[in-house]
Amino acid sequence: MSAVLSLQGLTVALPSGADRPEALRQVSLDLHAGEILCVVGESGSGKSMMASAIMRLLPGNVRISGGSILFEGKDLASANEATMRALRGARIAMVFQEPMTALNPLRSIGDQIAEMFRIHTSLSNAEIEARMLALLDEVRIPHPAEAARAFPHELSGGQRQRAMIAMALALDPVVLIADEPTTALDVTTQAQILALIRDLQQRKGTAVLFITHDFGVVAEIADRVAVMQHGLVVEQGPARDVLHQPQHDYTKALIAAVPPLKAPAPRAISSESILVLEGVQKTYRSGGFFGRRRRETHAVRDVTLSLPKGGTLGVVGESGSGKSTLARCITRLVQADGGSIRLDGVDLLQLSKREARQAARRVQMVFQDPYGSLNPRRRAGELVAQGPMIHGMSRDAAMAKARELFSLVGLDPAAIERFPHEFSGGQRQRIGLARALAMEPEVLVADEPVSALDVSVQAQVLKLLAELRVRLGLSIVFITHDLRVAAQVCDLVAVMKDGEVVEHGPIAQVFEAPRHAYTKALLASVPGRGFGA
Amino acid sequence: MPALKRFALAYLRNPAAGLGLFLLVAIIAMALTADWFFPRDPLALAGRPLQWPGANPRFALGTDNSGRDIAAQIFHGARISLLIGLVATSIAVVIGIVIGALAGYYGGVVDDVLMRLTEAFQTLPNFLLLLVLVSIFGSELTTVVVAIGVVSWPATARLTRAEFLSLRNREFVQACRGLGMGDGRIIFREILPNALPPVIVYASVVMAVAILLESALAFLRLSDPNVASWGNLIGLGRDVLRVQWYVSAIPGVAILVTVLAVSLVGQGLNDALNPRLKGR
Repeated sequence: MSAVLSLQGLTVALPSGADRPEALRQVSLDLHAGEILCVVGESGSGKSMMASAIMRLLPGNVRISGGSILFEGKDLASANEATMRALRGARIAMVFQEPMTALNPLRSIGDQIAEMFRIHTSLSNAEIEARMLALLDEVRIPHPAEAARAFPHELSGGQRQRAMIAMALALDPVVLIADEPTTALDVTTQAQILALIRDLQQRKGTAVLFITHDFGVVAEIADRVAVMQHGLVVEQGPARDVLHQPQHDYTKALIAAVPPLKAPAPRAISSESILVLEGVQKTYRSGGFFGRRRRETHAVRDVTLSLPKGGTLGVVGESGSGKSTLARCITRLVQADGGSIRLDGVDLLQLSKREARQAARRVQMVFQDPYGSLNPRRRAGELVAQGPMIHGMSRDAAMAKARELFSLVGLDPAAIERFPHEFSGGQRQRIGLARALAMEPEVLVADEPVSALDVSVQAQVLKLLAELRVRLGLSIVFITHDLRVAAQVCDLVAVMKDGEVVEHGPIAQVFEAPRHAYTKALLASVPGRGFGA
Repeated sequence: MPALKRFALAYLRNPAAGLGLFLLVAIIAMALTADWFFPRDPLALAGRPLQWPGANPRFALGTDNSGRDIAAQIFHGARISLLIGLVATSIAVVIGIVIGALAGYYGGVVDDVLMRLTEAFQTLPNFLLLLVLVSIFGSELTTVVVAIGVVSWPATARLTRAEFLSLRNREFVQACRGLGMGDGRIIFREILPNALPPVIVYASVVMAVAILLESALAFLRLSDPNVASWGNLIGLGRDVLRVQWYVSAIPGVAILVTVLAVSLVGQGLNDALNPRLKGR
């Protein structure tokens, strides 16, 4: 089978002062008709740059410095802008990660899809309308006629991504480039979108270049795989070979870092509870004056859970399930409306503001965003020392403690003088952990602590967390959307949906014999389920 | 230190910003050397009134209708204008930051009350409000400066509030609350430094407007007549505007140059502090 798109020795130069001279180095790849080629790599590997280079949509100061991009007998690397405009959308289409920002918020979905036809064809308005509705039906958006009139914000994330795919496939392109199209979606929605892409690709024979960081997705969808590291393709081949007999060390390391969905043998955990939640409620109210158009959102409803001493309780669920709100209720960043949260028998919700501030040191939180959770204007050491200083420790003692904690979490103690932006994402997450540990907490609440990290870094941080748990006797509430991660770190798990805990119990029991329909659906949606098991 | 050096380089890459800085330094130099070049009281009688610039080598910029040296008034006036600019701006920025920070951080009722107050100030034309304040409290230099500061804060308050609204829900702020940090410390030590850059840039606009407000007040002869300010000189020149126009025009140019310099520096700071514009 001949290649429809062929990259030959493609090299893309970065401006001087970047962390490496070339975003892509001598990349050679063939994309055949009717196949899905997954390009997989960690952040900074150059995989998105490759997509931009093919579309010739590179940022202003980045340019193609060598090699060729052969497509339908033309070299796109040197094609002029008019040629590219005729190709983009019509012959090579693209689907982006975040459909909300890729769609124009002020125009209806139908209008934006119809625009594809208006630009590239001379069909009549009635014909365009009919084609547009047929497309929406094809990507299985419920009620296509209504969806066509809707604005992007009126659709759910999954429906928006379906609309984007409809737009991309409008003119039956030869090549579809999908840049992390399911990364921003919930796991059940992701499973549907992957199935849709697979289905459409088989029916239309489109060649798909699928960019992702997630080996689970690769296992789910890929025919062939190319693994990228630092701008180089280190390994490529049929999906089965790359996933099960990886040749390159980097591929092996990446695959080893993917947590298996099967929980390890259960640890012995104490029967004594340190944290007991009973009937915890939180309702958000919004709306105008005098109760007009008032809306109520039940973020957390009647949650009853307990965390054994030294154990790890996972809280899993999709976005909007209330798991983050629950975490914030426990750390008192959000005031719960009802119920009780007892730490060693003391109800945290009944404490006065002053007492609560004292109790704060016993329950500490680690946040999701390694960039947003550290004040950019404070030095790393100060960030860690701040907590103990507020509670009366002298500056020198607190800084000495920060130094100790830095080595405990695997950072160079000399790095306390540096600012947060001088650290990588994984290192920042370690600083966040050190900051929480500086308070010598009994309970650590970790809200998606590894979901913003690359898979290899994620594995290191999880390993660190497991070590510290044993060494410091920590009890952990671990919030995550990633069932693979939950399977590896949690002793107990609670599954949340729409603010309620629908099922909870020991992790092995819940994951191997789920009782609730929603838990079953969640587990069935994990991409590449059998992979890594 | 290297951060400061990088900032200076980013600033000076913009030629307009460099020009602004040069002009501002020149004006500050004028203010500092006023006593050295013109040791006598600038408001004292110096010679025959209304001599054109260049007509008498003793008075390079001529004399006004009371026979006072215009060059001496320009040099000494630079002090007054800069003083008014700095002090009034500081007052306005401090009031604005405190109100904006409290409104943005606490939200809810606090925000409603403070923002309605801000709107009350914004709906009144601030020059009119200034006239009212000066006519009630008199036109001594200190009252004029304080009054200008008091009418100029609302925009700063709105800007600070907007910054706080976007920063208060960041995870680093939540982390501070999680450590048991008090509100005052979170507002002023943690959030404020992050909210400050756009406010500092905006302060240059406040400063330019403050200098203009004082001139306008002086033009109406409502500013302090006992100091040699540029505005007073313009106000004095009003009577002879049709023939001896230079009496008003010379201080007018001085004000124009100062406001231009301050604005250019503000623009330059904005470009240097705004990372999104880097590499353009």
